[in-house]
Parts: sequence; C-alpha cells; structure tokens
Amino acid sequence: MKLRYCLSGHPTLPCNVLKFKSTTIMLDCGLDMTSTLNFLPMPLVQSPRLSKLPGWVLKDGSTFLDKELKECSGHVFVDSVPEFCLPETELLDLSTVDVILISNYHCMMALPYITEYTGFTGTVYATEPTVQIGRLLMEELVNSIERVPKAQSASMWKNKEVQRLLPAPLKDAVEVSMWRKCYTMPEVNAALSKIQLVGYSQKIELFGAVQVTPLSSGYALGSSNWIIQSHYEKVSYVSGSSLLTTHPQPMDQASLKNSDVLILTGLTQIPTANPDGMVGEFCSNLAMTVRNGGNVLVPCYPSGVIYDLLECLYQYIDSAGLSNVPFYFISPVANSSLEFSQIFAEWLCHNKQTKVYLPEPPFPHAELIQTNKLKHYPSIHGDFSNDFKQPCVVFTGHPSLRFGDVVHFMELWGKSSLNTVIFTEPDFSYLDALAPYQPLAMKCVYCPIDTRLNFIQVSKLLKEVQPLHVVCPEQYTQPPPTQSHRTDLMIDCQPPPMSYRRAEVLTLPYKRRYEKIEIMPELADSLVPLEIKPGISLATVSAVLHTKDNKHVLQLPPKPPQPPASKKRKRVSDDVPECKPLKPLLSGSIPVDQFVQTLEKHGFSDVKVEDTAKGHIVLLQEAETLIQIEEDSTHIICDNDEPLRKQGSIF
Amino acid sequence: MPEIKVTPLGAGQDVGRSCILVSIAGKNVMLDCGMHMGYNDDRRFPDFSYITQNGRLTDFLDCVIISHFHLDHCGALPYFSEMVGYDGPIYMTHPTKAICPILLEDYRKITVDKKGETNFFTSQMIKDCMKKVVAVHLHQTVQVDEELEIKAYYAGHVLGAAMFQIKVGCESVAYTGDYNMTPDRHLGAAWIDKCRPDLLITESTYATTIRDSKRCRERDFLKKVHETVERGGKVLIPVFALGRAQELCILLETFWERMNLKAPIYFSTGLTEKANHYYKLFITWTNQKIRKTFVQRNMFEFKHIKAFDRAFADNPGPMVVFATPGMLHAGQSLQIFRKWAGNEKNMVIMPGYCVQGTVGHKILSGQRKLEMEGRQILEVKMQVEYMSFSAHADAKGIMQLIRQAEPRNVLLVHGEAKKMEFLKQKIEQEFHVNCYMPANGETTTIFTNPSIPVDISLGLLKRETAIGLLPDAKKPKLMHGTLIMKDNSFRLVSPEQALKELGLAEHQLRFTCRVHIQDPRKEHETVLRVYNHLKGQVFPFFFYPPRNGLELIILR
Repeated sequence: MKLRYCLSGHPTLPCNVLKFKSTTIMLDCGLDMTSTLNFLPMPLVQSPRLSKLPGWVLKDGSTFLDKELKECSGHVFVDSVPEFCLPETELLDLSTVDVILISNYHCMMALPYITEYTGFTGTVYATEPTVQIGRLLMEELVNSIERVPKAQSASMWKNKEVQRLLPAPLKDAVEVSMWRKCYTMPEVNAALSKIQLVGYSQKIELFGAVQVTPLSSGYALGSSNWIIQSHYEKVSYVSGSSLLTTHPQPMDQASLKNSDVLILTGLTQIPTANPDGMVGEFCSNLAMTVRNGGNVLVPCYPSGVIYDLLECLYQYIDSAGLSNVPFYFISPVANSSLEFSQIFAEWLCHNKQTKVYLPEPPFPHAELIQTNKLKHYPSIHGDFSNDFKQPCVVFTGHPSLRFGDVVHFMELWGKSSLNTVIFTEPDFSYLDALAPYQPLAMKCVYCPIDTRLNFIQVSKLLKEVQPLHVVCPEQYTQPPPTQSHRTDLMIDCQPPPMSYRRAEVLTLPYKRRYEKIEIMPELADSLVPLEIKPGISLATVSAVLHTKDNKHVLQLPPKPPQPPASKKRKRVSDDVPECKPLKPLLSGSIPVDQFVQTLEKHGFSDVKVEDTAKGHIVLLQEAETLIQIEEDSTHIICDNDEPLRKQGSIF
Repeated sequence: MPEIKVTPLGAGQDVGRSCILVSIAGKNVMLDCGMHMGYNDDRRFPDFSYITQNGRLTDFLDCVIISHFHLDHCGALPYFSEMVGYDGPIYMTHPTKAICPILLEDYRKITVDKKGETNFFTSQMIKDCMKKVVAVHLHQTVQVDEELEIKAYYAGHVLGAAMFQIKVGCESVAYTGDYNMTPDRHLGAAWIDKCRPDLLITESTYATTIRDSKRCRERDFLKKVHETVERGGKVLIPVFALGRAQELCILLETFWERMNLKAPIYFSTGLTEKANHYYKLFITWTNQKIRKTFVQRNMFEFKHIKAFDRAFADNPGPMVVFATPGMLHAGQSLQIFRKWAGNEKNMVIMPGYCVQGTVGHKILSGQRKLEMEGRQILEVKMQVEYMSFSAHADAKGIMQLIRQAEPRNVLLVHGEAKKMEFLKQKIEQEFHVNCYMPANGETTTIFTNPSIPVDISLGLLKRETAIGLLPDAKKPKLMHGTLIMKDNSFRLVSPEQALKELGLAEHQLRFTCRVHIQDPRKEHETVLRVYNHLKGQVFPFFFYPPRNGLELIILR
C-alpha cells in the first residue's frame, strides 16, 4: 500500500509525498511564483509612474486598504514585497519526510521553505548541475528582491472577509494564507548543504528498504526522472522530460519500463506550440526589430532555454546581418551561469560531449563572449551603463516582470513602438505579466519555448513503457479550460489515469506479496529438497530470522547448548532461540500394502487390515494398537508408549 | 563452491603494463590494458594469447575497464582491440575517454615517427578503438549485461581516474587502479563506500612508504628550485603532460607570484595548452577548492608559465622547464636532459616513480655514467633530486582504503614483490583477511560463499516479525516455512500455503495413548492438573486444554 500526498496543485511545479515501504519520500518541491503577478513591479530606480499610483477604494468608499492595494492600468495590485505560494505544509507532518528527490532546478525553488521551517532532518538528493544551477536561480531571486528594499508588507487584504470584496483576480487568488515572502541567502545555503549529489543511474539505498535511481530526463542540464523501487514494486516518477534534442543528455526511456505505477508531471505548458517554430519566430522578430533601429528585451531565467537561444543566434546573426548588434545578458549570476554551462560535459548531449573531447567549450556562447558579441553584467548599475549601446538585445530576468533588471527596461523601452519584448518562458501568462505596464507602445511577441513532453509524445511514451497504472495531476485528464473541444490535449491511456489535486491524499493501487530474504550458505547446505511434482521441489526450513536495516537473513539455528557442568542453574543464554513447536509437513496418503510390509519388517507379525468406508484400519493385536488410515489423516491409538517410537521411525 | 579467479597479465609483482583478468560468476572482465615503459620489445604489451589461444577475444571477455589515462594502464588498448581484435565494450570515465587518445597518439608518434618502428598501431586504429569506448559517470551503475554491473568511484591520482566495482549477483570485486588518499593542489582524495567486496585488488606502488606531510615536500621542492635558479642554474622537471604537471605548475605559479621571481618557466610540447583546457572543461573532477572558485579565478590559467621552444634549451641564464615524458625514457625531456646533464649548476627533479629500464630509474639509483644510443657515454654532473609527488596512496592510504571498503580478501598488484610482501603481512595482521600477490600469469582463486536470495511471502514474514515485536524482541526466534523450488525461482512460504499452491491436502497424523492414572480427586480436577503440569514443560507438543472437563488431548 502506498499513499501519495499532493502538496502542490501546479502540474509543472509539483510537490508530492510518497509513503513507500516505511519510507516517506518527497518528490520535488516546486514553488508556484505566479502569485507574484498580483503584486506591483519593483523598479530599480525611482519610477514616478509607479510611485504615484492611487490607492484602491472600495465601492462603498472605504479607504482602509489604500495603503496596501494600488490601482494601476485598470487593475488592482498589492503594493508589497512579492510573495510566493508554498506547497501545502499542513497535510502531513513534514518533519517525518526522510528524503527529498529533486528532478530539475526549476522544481527545487521551495526547498528552503521545506528544509528550514518544518523540522526536516532528512537528506535531499539531486544531480550536480541541478544543485549548481538551482543555487544560481535562488541567488538571482533573493538578490533581485533584496536589492529593492520595500518597507511595506501587506497582509490586511488577505483576510478572508476582505478578500471577498476585492476585484478579480485578487478575489480568486487561492491559498493566500500560504503565501510567503522570499527566503534569504543564509537559508538557501543551509538548504543546499542538505543535498547529496548523485549521478544518473546511480542506485541509492534508503534504509535498506527502498532503492531510488535518477535517470536522465532530457529537459535541462542534470534534469532527472526517478525510479523508486523495492524488489517487487517499481514506481516511476516522471517530471519535466523532453524528447527534443537540445543541449542536455537525451531522456532515458528504457529504464522506465515495467513500472507498477508511473507518476506523470511536468508536461509542456503550451501543448499547441512547436518549440522549433517558436525559436524561428523569436529570431525573425528579433532581427526585424533591430533592423528597424529598435531594442529587443527578452525576459528570461539565467539558465536553460537561454543557452539554446544564444546558440541559435550564434548561427543566425551573421546571415541576418546582426554582427554589430550588442547582446547583453544581465543577471547577478550571468557570469556563473555561462561558466557553469561549459563544465558539465558529462550531462550534455552527444554532440556537445564530442566537442569537449577536442577540447573545445561545448556551448558556442564562449565564442560570442570572446568576440565581444555577447557581454554579461551583474546588473544595470556599474560597467553596464558605460558600455550600453542601442539598438541592442537584452536578456534579463525575472520573466514575471515583477522584479529584477527587466522592470527597468520595461519602464525604459515601453513607450516606443520601435522596441519589442519577446516572451520565451512559458511559466507566466504574458498578458498578466504586462498588466501593470499598460498601455504599452512597445511590441509584444509571445514565443513560449517549452520543450517538455506534449500529449502526443506522452501517449507514445506510455505505449512504449507500459506502466500498470498512471497517476497525474487532474489538469492532464481533461482538455485545457480555454480549448474544451481539444480532446487530444489530455492523457489518453488504459486503464485511465488516476488524477490528483492539491491537498489530496491518494492510495496507489498495488499490493506486494513477497519480500527478499537471504538464506545463509550453511543453512542452504542443510536443506533437504524433495521433488514433489516434476520440476518442483520442496524443502522444510527451520531457521533463525534476523532482521537488521530492513534486510532479512535466515541462519542455521544454533546447536542446543551443552548442559552446564555445574548443577547451578544457568540463565538461558540469549543466543538460544525460543522454540516454537515445529509441525512437520505431511501430505499425500499412505499406501496400505507397503505400510503393512514395513510393519512386518519391523517385527509386527500379526497385522490385520480391515477396509472401512473412508480407508483402512490396521490392527496390531499384540501391541494393542489400532491405526486408522484415511485419505488425509492417520490416527494411531495405543495403550503403550513403546511402539510409538518405532512408528515414528517408519514415517 | 563459487569462486573468483584473478590472473595478472601485467602489474603482477611489477609496476607497468597493468592488465588483470578477473573471472567472477561466469563473467570475464579485463582490468586495464597498459604498456610497460621499461621495454621496447614484445614485453611492452601484455600477452593476450593467454586469454584465449584460438577464438576471438570478444567471445571470451564480457568487458574491458580502463581506470585512468596513464599509458601503463591504457597504452596497449589499440593494439589489443584493433590488432589482436576485440569488439566488446570498453568502459572508462569521460575525462579518460577525452584524454586517452591524445596520449596514445603521442606515444605512437614517438615510437613510430622518432624510433622508426613499424608493426605498431596507427592513428586510425586509435580512433577505431575509441569508438568502442563507453563513457561512465561516477557512481553510475552500468549494466554491462543482465547480470554483470560495474560502478566507478573517484580515485584522485589524475584527472578522471576511477576505481571500479564489478558485481555479479551478490559477488563482487573492487579494483582501485591507481589512487591517492590525500587531496592535492588540484585533485580530491579517493573515496569508496563500504561495499564489502569479496575481493579488493589494490595497487601497492608505495607499499612500504609512509610519506611525510605534503606541505614539507612542497616546501622542499620550492626551496630546491629557488636555490638552483638563484645561482643561475637550469631546472628540468620531467613530467607527464597531464597530472603531476598541473599540480606542480599551480605550485610554482603561486610561488613565483608571491616571491616576484623573474626566471622563465616553460612547459614543453603543444600539449600544455590543450592539457590545461581539459582541466578547465572537466573542472568538476578537481578538488573542492578549485571547483568553488573557478568562476572568479580559473587555477588552470597560468600567468608565469609559457610554452617551450626547443631553441630555448640553449638560452643562457636560469630557467625552469617542465618536459615530457616523465621517466626520461624518450622525447623532449630526454633531449633536454642530455643537453644539461654535464653542468653541475643544473638540476633535474624527478617528481614521480620511474620504471626499471628507464633513464629516470637509472639516475635515481645512483648511476652517473649512462650508455646512450650509439654507445655514447653520457656523464651526469647535474644534481639529481627525487621528490615523491606521484599521487599514489602510501601504506597508510592503502590501509585506510581497505578499512573503508571492508573486503573479504585483498590482492596486491602494481608494486614491487619485496614491498608487497611486507604490506601483505601487515594487511593480514590488521584485518584478518587473506592477502594475495600473484606474479604475472599466476592465477589466484578465491572461494566465495554467497548467501541465497529467495522470495519470502509477506504473510509469513509479517507473522514472524510480529512475533519478534513481543517484549522479548531481541531474542532470536525460530521460524518455520517451506521452500518451493521451481525452475530457477525460490520462494519461502508457510507450509499451509505450499500445500495449497501445489494442490495437496495436508495429511493429519494423530496419536492417541491411553494412560491410566490413579487419583482420588474428581475426574475434572485430575485432568486439569495433568494439563497444567504438562503446559509448564518445554515439549514439542501441541496441547489442547481439556474440553468438557473430561478429555485431555495431546497432539504431536
């Protein structure tokens, strides 16, 4: 029996807990950041527009919320430090979680909340690139929020009675009581110190009961799916996988075969868009804007798709005549991200690995940097302001447009129709992201690039690996709400998938019947197998069972202790096993003729046999003994103790 | 009884030409495929005809494992796979896979182009050989086939060096390759988990040495280099392009920086730049300090160390030159050595082990008149210094690794017989395990006694462990079950279940005995007394309490 607790309702930022053979395993801890869209952007330099927004007034004219809520571009935003929606922490006691398995760097952003605030004492497992890049993402997040000190932290609006009165989408925001401010760098460091690094196909034993193994998932540097198995059950956890050939090592599908349960999360968020087409559109929009003298803004994460975009541009800029346009990558971790990408040869696709063998850097952005076409800066302050030339292309975060250097460029370039902002990250609705900046003159292009599995690929994968049961978020079991006619945009498999939603507990259908046990060689030697049926032998085993670290071993029972020489009664030694009576295993029926012959051989001369309805009665007159033999029972009735022993020897 | 057989084709009571055959549970694995630096004839490669006289190597060997890129561990690989013929998988780590072909090509060039040997492997053969290589991650469990699995552990020694665990069922062998138990300036320390192999095959280069602290050796080295340079002498440091070279470069670079020295430091051959590039790209394989700081400052970008040109050797004034190869047996290091050997102001520092037969070995053993090619006699007046910078574990390190892995048997290779003998005794004394040290071609057989895994029905196990939860939990309990053996599966179930599964009915055996008891008490009381008396005895009987107060049934 396995229980699954679903702590996050976000299908691509999962957080689930699996109880499996007495271990409690958390699968990912994604942080839902879409909550930040309800907050005002945090400008890096004083913005006259954002600082003079009118406070929001209720319909009845009451103004008690005007400090917390501001009206901007026809929407109401919370004027406060942005907050994130945490995974459920009340559904079960998170201090009982033994291990956390991380599948990729986007799915670990809630880690500090879990490891630092819940009494968690276990171990986190992740691959080296996941940890290093995850650290960069967290560093960038903390940095972009901490560098804009905001005195105010709004909480009044979260009151259930108050929230009811607010306009959408604030009115409908879920779990607002779970929203928390960003963690700090010390907390990030503490959380990351609890991670143990693992490699693909490494078998990790948990308490001797369960084995977990990360497999390449093809989605990002070091991204993994996980196999959680005992000797008899196999659960596959598929999270954020890709079958497209980008930079990471290809997905390992074969190892997912023969799963009893396959948990499927992290499918593409834009099932209708083709990533290749989107990259093409990205390049052509970028080229067009620059040629017309405009600037291009690409809100992005500091790692991941940006490597692929830079590689495309590397091939594209010369042919498109963009060789003289500067590319800027602005992030507190830009340099680290570019450097780290070059040292993970073992986690890259085959082509890139081959380059390292030459030895050349696997990503061509090394050359873009060397030739000064790509420049990176920790922020817009400092060197950047001296080097800054327009028209240019700027890659910077955060994709929510609520914090980070991107806010500055939105304010700076938003008013000119020459400029373009191109959205490539699929995590945020671009219209919601743009809401506080409206009205905008700048062009907005939506080219979401999500390389994760689409529904066609999923159904192919499921046919290939054939799990007994599929478990997935409820969103995948019905067409997207905006395209209810597209029944192709849902998981289709037999038996139909079991679905879950936030704060739900699910019992997984599978019951094991066996467990591994080891028979020590000495005991094995002492066994006497008997062939009962052709090819099937039986042996009776009487042994001492030792269980340690969830491993079971059968040993030869120790010889009975020598009676103590002295008359003093000794305490029974602890080594002597307690004898539970052995009931010998008897089966079959007794062939009467043979039995009688044997008796005669043993000196019973006056054996008499009588037939009865159910069998025979054998009489030993001299011994005053009567033996009733029936098909599946034998009853010996006698007056004297002595023949009994002989009887025993015959059996 | 199951057994593991080990036969060294090279490195048996010897250093060089590492090549060890292991047979475990019907699988044959070859560990390393090295060449011997001390020989130029047939003896430089292992004798592969030992493996099979007629028949293809591919049919006999399940896989080949290469521990690291040093030529005494991989130098015979193209000969083995392309000239003798082997098409099975060859496993090595990513850095080894990257660097190995470059060293092989270098070796080929020296042998064929400079010494004019024919009948040697070609560049194309190196390429074809490398196509058979499968790269492995650290700690990844690689399933060679359904039964055979291998796993790599970090070994320190050089970039990408690994130890390997070979496992079939519950039998296993661990092979260390060359390893280093103390972190150095650029690499970390070897590590293996408590994998309790049936056999640990370990190198024993420094079987009798316990080295002083690294810091002392480094200070000594810097002092000697500094003194020589101060008095206008030239320092030659023969090294292999990758490995010690980088460690010593880091050491000299920081020293030059600190002391503000001006004498030039050169690094020979075009490999330098390339070699440092490998270190940059495989920085995850270096030690923690370098990994942590590489974004701010890459330790493998040297300011003071420049590329060497042959003409520089005749320049006047002091200089320090790192030249390959490391044992002075050929190539540029030997050329420079010949030029500088006559001047007592100069110095050669041998930072690593030298194989018998090499010039390096000769001068280290005190020889000062060397016979060179063409009967020329070279007189060595320059100072000769030996400094153990080779990253092998010393005696303490070897013992430490044995303690980590907890093997049931130990087998020594890659060392000198006399020193091995000493270490063997020490290991047997301290760990009470058998220790072997076969010579080349000699087979060691180790009997293993694996326990047998069977499936126990959960019902039976739960019933038994539930009893174990009683107050007296620590006391071992006897359990009874029936083992069903069918085809190759073993299942342990309760006797009742076994009968049910096989469609057999249980045969009941009852025994009734009439006993006459004379007792003045009432019938009912007598029966109860007898029952209570018997109940207190430890007898292998089932007792049924008196029913209706009239009958006492005892069942056996």
